[in-house]
Amino acid sequence: MKSIKFIIVGFLFGITMYMTEALSWFRIFEMFKFQAFHMYGIIGLGIAIGIVITWLYKSGKIKDIDGNPVIINDKAKTYPRYIIGGIIFGLGWGLSGLCPGMVFILIGTGNLVFVIFLVALLIGTFLYGALRTKIPH
Amino acid sequence: MMEFISQTWPWYVSGTAVAMVLFFLLWFGKEFGTSANLRVIVAALGGGKFSDFFDFPWKTQMWNLAFALGAVVAGYVTMNFIAPTPHLADISQATVDTLNADYGFNLTYGEVPILPEFYKSWESVLTLKGFIIIVIGGILVGFGARYAGGCTSGMAISGIANLQLPSLVAVIGFFIGGLVMVNYILPYITNL
Repeated sequence: MKSIKFIIVGFLFGITMYMTEALSWFRIFEMFKFQAFHMYGIIGLGIAIGIVITWLYKSGKIKDIDGNPVIINDKAKTYPRYIIGGIIFGLGWGLSGLCPGMVFILIGTGNLVFVIFLVALLIGTFLYGALRTKIPH
Repeated sequence: MMEFISQTWPWYVSGTAVAMVLFFLLWFGKEFGTSANLRVIVAALGGGKFSDFFDFPWKTQMWNLAFALGAVVAGYVTMNFIAPTPHLADISQATVDTLNADYGFNLTYGEVPILPEFYKSWESVLTLKGFIIIVIGGILVGFGARYAGGCTSGMAISGIANLQLPSLVAVIGFFIGGLVMVNYILPYITNL
C-alpha cells in the first residue's frame, strides 16, 4: 500500500495542528490582532527549518526515497494573481479562521458544520476554475 | 505523560513538526500543498466537464488525498483520545478582552473553548452570521487559494522555504486580506 506513508504524514500534521490549536478560530483572530507570538512561532519556525530542508534537497545533498534528485518547480512570475488571490484568501481566512488543511482535521471530529465548510471550499475552487480565463493573472 | 501530551503543544514543537511534514513529502518526491486537494476533488466529481482547469490527470494526486485522509483520522483520534475535555483555546487575555469589547463575545479568560459557538453544530449555517462565516468564508478561501496558487502550506511554508518571491507576495496578500477582514469587516458580522 503506497498510500500508507502519506496517511501517516497527514496524521502527524493533523495531530500537531490540533494540539497546537492552529485549527482554532480564536488563534487565527489572535494572530491577525498581533496579540500572541504563537502562530508566528509555528509558521516562522516551519519556514526557517524549511529553508534548510529545501536547500539540502535542491543542492543535491539529500536525494529522495528512490535515490533521485528532488526538483522543485519555481512559481510562475506573474504577480496580479498572487496579490489579488492572496487578499481574497486572507479575507476568507480572517472571517472563517480556517485554512484548507484545518478543515480536513476538523471533519474527523465528526462535526457536520465542517463538511458544509468543505463544500463551500469546493464551490470556491470550482468558481475559480470557471472564471479563470476572465480574471487577471 | 498523558497530562503532558494533552496540554497545548508549544509553537516550537508544531513549527518543527510542520518542517518534518515538508521534509517527508519532499523525500517521497511530492510537494506540500493541502489546498491542491480541493482541485483534485472537484476534478474527481466531474468538474472537467465545465472547465479545463479540472481536466487534468487527477489520479496522479491520490497521494495528496491520502495525506488529507491522514489528517481526518488525526482529527478523530485527537478529539477522542488525546485532547482534554473540555478542550480550551489558550488565547491571551488581550484577545479575550478585544473579543468581548468589540466583537460581541462573552468569554472568560482561561475558559475559552477551542471552537466558537458558530462552529458547534451544522445548524448555525441557518443563521445569517453562521452562513456568512461558513459559506461565504469557505468560498473566499477556496477561490483565493486556487487564484493565488496555494494556501498556508503550499505558499507560506513550502514556497517561502524555497525562497519564491511569488509566495512572499501571496502571503503579504493573505495578511492584507486578513487584517482588513478582522479589523474593519468582522465586527459587523460577529455582532449579528
